[in-house]
Amino acid sequence: MILNLIQKEFILELRRKAVISGISLYLVSIIFICYLTFSLRQSSINEATWSALFWLSILFANVNGIAKSFIGEKQGLLIYYYSIASPQAIILSKIIYNVVLSLALSVMGYVLFSIFIDNPLQDKGLFLLTLLLSSFGFSACLSLISAIASKTNNSNILMAVLSFPVIIALLLMAIKLTKNALDGLAWDDSQDELWNLLAINSIMVALAYLLFPYIWRS
Amino acid sequence: MKTWVKILAIALLLYVHIGGLLLDVPRLNILNETIRALYFHVPMWFGMVLLFLVSSVYAILYLLKPSSNLDAKSVEFANVGLVFGILGMVTGMLWANYTWGSPWHGDPKQNMAAIALLVYLAYFILRGSIQNEEQKARLSAVYNIFAFTAMIPLIFIIPRMTSSMHPGSGGNPGFNMYDLDSKMRLVFYPAVIGWFLIGVWIAGLRIKVRELEEKILDIQHDQIH
Repeated sequence: MILNLIQKEFILELRRKAVISGISLYLVSIIFICYLTFSLRQSSINEATWSALFWLSILFANVNGIAKSFIGEKQGLLIYYYSIASPQAIILSKIIYNVVLSLALSVMGYVLFSIFIDNPLQDKGLFLLTLLLSSFGFSACLSLISAIASKTNNSNILMAVLSFPVIIALLLMAIKLTKNALDGLAWDDSQDELWNLLAINSIMVALAYLLFPYIWRS
Repeated sequence: MKTWVKILAIALLLYVHIGGLLLDVPRLNILNETIRALYFHVPMWFGMVLLFLVSSVYAILYLLKPSSNLDAKSVEFANVGLVFGILGMVTGMLWANYTWGSPWHGDPKQNMAAIALLVYLAYFILRGSIQNEEQKARLSAVYNIFAFTAMIPLIFIIPRMTSSMHPGSGGNPGFNMYDLDSKMRLVFYPAVIGWFLIGVWIAGLRIKVRELEEKILDIQHDQIH
């Protein structure tokens, strides 16, 4: 069932290309604005600024991209899912699909950043691992929040308001790891943060899995 | 709430106010007499976390067995927790103004506390933007549990990992560094208990007010028809 649902997500996404291309363009626009506003002093963009800009762009692109997973779905379609699949299967399929989406966005953001702005990373392996782990957390947290926000009147504002405070713990860990990757520290020094990130991810996935059925029932 | 608990809360806080202001405290540089703020600042945070914990326990109970009573409890404990958090922030800023030189210092613990408050402000905005009462209760209970569980690593673990001037952070000892003679504990623990009991009391009163309001609405509704 989960596999079918994931397959369905991909087929739908590839069929209506508007959403995925919209999010990509969103990311490109943010990064281009960063490039334009900083280009006058290109030499002066230091590593801390680079990582702050990168994570801000990724955060906004993710919030907007994953918000689509429940907000904007037609009511009839939701009722159809409700009748054919268990809520656990639905949230897991959404999370897995969103991990792929979020990872794609992060990697795209990274490539665009290296083209337009700079690539000061010394340890690319650690950075890519951070991207992978953080996309799990983003996906689990934002999928659940999107399901909550989709039931409200002003879902788009609530999506941001509800998710930002919850996602900050994850973001801070990712930024710390990025700093280690920028400085090219040994992996031993990043061990604590990696475990923390993994723990936060597991908490988020477990909570999303446990709590989603209660949102879904209405 | 039992009457003796209320009397206990009042007695504890009377003792804390008199003892906290008059009893001996260790003489430390920079801190000097401001160390007494410990009795009023730290219990606010303890109270906030405990009240939020109670609130999310009621949220869990609500999801297991929905009833408007449990929802009211969950909301009101969150409400009082938020007030405690704001008071904790204000007392912390006052204290910081004397010891660190400015009210807002970009200290990790301060930032995390601000985020914890943001979480529960978002919780009330979520409640405000859903019309259906049953759905409001259910969705906000889900968010309450989710946010509380995500908040714990936020306010307890992260500040300990980064360097900070705040006691209890970056390898600094907690408040052990103050109470060299452990005399302060004699006032500090009653303060924590007293403030928490006051918080429970306020929440209890607010729950009663809410129930009465619902009853009034029901009566008005009956009269119309």
